[in-house]
Amino acid sequence: MKLLEYQGKELFTEYDIAIPKSYLAKNHSELSQVADKLKFPVVLKSQLTVGGRGKAGAILKCMKKEELEPKFTELLNKKVKGEYPSVILIEEAVDIGKELYLSLFLNRGKRTYSLISSAEGGMDIESVENKVIQDISITGLTQAIAESIGKNLGISGVTAESFSNIVIKLAKLVREKEAELAEINPVAILRDGTCLALDAKIIIDDNSIFRHPELRKYIQISELQEQAEKSGFSFVELDGDIAIIGNGAGLVMSTLDIVNDAGGKPGAFLDFGGRATTETIYKALEVISKLKKVKAILVNLFGGIVRTDLVAQAILDAYKDGMISVPIYARISGAESDKAKQMLSNSKAKLFDTVEEAISSLVQYIGLSK
Amino acid sequence: MYKKFDIFDILVGKAEDPDYGNKPVVIQGITGNFGSVHTRLMREYGTNIVAGVTPNKGGQSFEGIPVFDSVKDASKNFNVQISGIFVPAQFFLSAIKDAVNSGIKLLVAIPEHVPVRDAMESLEYAQSNNARIIGPNTPGVIVPSVNKIGIMPSQPFKKGNTAVFSRSGTLMYEVSFHLSRAGIGQKIALGIGGDPINGTNLIEAFDLISDRDEVDSVVVVGEIGGDAEESLVQYIEKTGFSKPVVAYVAGRSAPKEKRMGHAGAIVYGNYGSAESKISSFSRVNIPVAKRPAEIPSILLKLMK
Repeated sequence: MKLLEYQGKELFTEYDIAIPKSYLAKNHSELSQVADKLKFPVVLKSQLTVGGRGKAGAILKCMKKEELEPKFTELLNKKVKGEYPSVILIEEAVDIGKELYLSLFLNRGKRTYSLISSAEGGMDIESVENKVIQDISITGLTQAIAESIGKNLGISGVTAESFSNIVIKLAKLVREKEAELAEINPVAILRDGTCLALDAKIIIDDNSIFRHPELRKYIQISELQEQAEKSGFSFVELDGDIAIIGNGAGLVMSTLDIVNDAGGKPGAFLDFGGRATTETIYKALEVISKLKKVKAILVNLFGGIVRTDLVAQAILDAYKDGMISVPIYARISGAESDKAKQMLSNSKAKLFDTVEEAISSLVQYIGLSK
Repeated sequence: MYKKFDIFDILVGKAEDPDYGNKPVVIQGITGNFGSVHTRLMREYGTNIVAGVTPNKGGQSFEGIPVFDSVKDASKNFNVQISGIFVPAQFFLSAIKDAVNSGIKLLVAIPEHVPVRDAMESLEYAQSNNARIIGPNTPGVIVPSVNKIGIMPSQPFKKGNTAVFSRSGTLMYEVSFHLSRAGIGQKIALGIGGDPINGTNLIEAFDLISDRDEVDSVVVVGEIGGDAEESLVQYIEKTGFSKPVVAYVAGRSAPKEKRMGHAGAIVYGNYGSAESKISSFSRVNIPVAKRPAEIPSILLKLMK
């Protein structure tokens, strides 16, 4: 779960990591409630899950009160990478001397946590050359290690002390909240030498949420997503018009790639997991039926233990109940496939022996229907 | 890093062992929905399941298999080195500790949704006791015609000399199915697992077969997320691994920053991207199939 900036900063406050004085406003009436409290200049920041907000113009500075309203309106109406802000964060601008970069992340390859620091903050860290990556124990991060990180960045005195405090607090946050990533970009060094977190990017391990009731309020999923998750499905909505359903994340991803290679545009990824019964397939089709943009459905099911006639029954039921009307192209490997083929012979569903054949027929159909 | 771990010795044994090819296995979570179904299927395949574990059900039996409260109790009656773990994710860590404390050396960890923190703690625990975890979130491991510990169907697998290592379960079945159909059997097929933290990663999987002459080739089924494939390529370069390898990477068309079903299948920037993995393989001349069905013909060409 990726937290929005303001949510990450709420955690920073909980862990005593300094942030600028700030307010939240979802609409104009909320804005008017905070407007009189603000000390200008302020920075308006669109709260989005997508990155690259600065470049996209989703962060705006207001020098005086008159600019507040129009810039607020501008941000509320600005879509970035398909996403509108859920709320606008209003922060009092701070007087910055220098910016640093700091992040702690789960290093999957090394099966440990790693820390990245750089004296160049505020940039995309992938493009920064002068960065230091080191393995770190989030349970045993000492003051001495934290101080050595500051030393590497060439900071000293009150700044070094303030920075190493942030490193230690951030490690505590990562450990206790079970974060896969906690990034502060930039850490601002103020004129008085102390450090403050100007941004917050935190990703929490989804599988740990069950023991973090305090983080549940940050879960933001669509109704359809929720419906899918309740049935135990993994579901990702995509931009195209072909819904892809299968058993296994890898298999569905692989199918997505083959569809894409054949010139089709995937519109949904749905992995219904290990159990293919008439009921699961029906429920999967039910989720897909809510996506109006879908023009055809591809089912790729690798079984062995799967009885394909049960899958065929789910498809027949979904058509009979009027739940779906678009054609289904299916590759179902498993037992009873002749029977399944016969069952579907008078429906809008077609069974194929290979996924390549199913996809080529489907893409041809989409092409003709345009 | 693990020291050299002989998985075949544990799973199959040596010809002189009285239980050669019939090594005893304990199933943790044997009475659960998932555990019971697959215990049946594993037995049908030939896996010698001698005991089951379900807390508070000690003394019962499941289809003739005695059930114990803990692996510790089971190990008083049986000398077992292999455990199949089918417990719900929230009991994962304690199940691992129970098994490791009882002398289990190979832990096949099926559950999905294990928190990263628990997976990391489990790994440290196992490592410091010279035990090996496969998974979590793995379909398990199969030595075709000998035994399987996991949830994979049996039909796609045929006995042979290639090794299949896969980050995805269903793709492991799919790829093995295509290989078997083309006459390429498997010595072993092992699921790395779809999570960010893997008890046995791709490098360690390669280590299992690198000096075994009877394994003549490897198929790697990778996917987006992390840098396991990139690290594997470095390992192949460094060690001069010389068996023919064919790779496949799922998720070329997946959007960035979206978790594609597996907890570990997510791209941040270029980190974890399919392009990065494919270009790594290409750099050391490992062919990357575009579709699973292409893999056998590419492998056969390499083996010529």
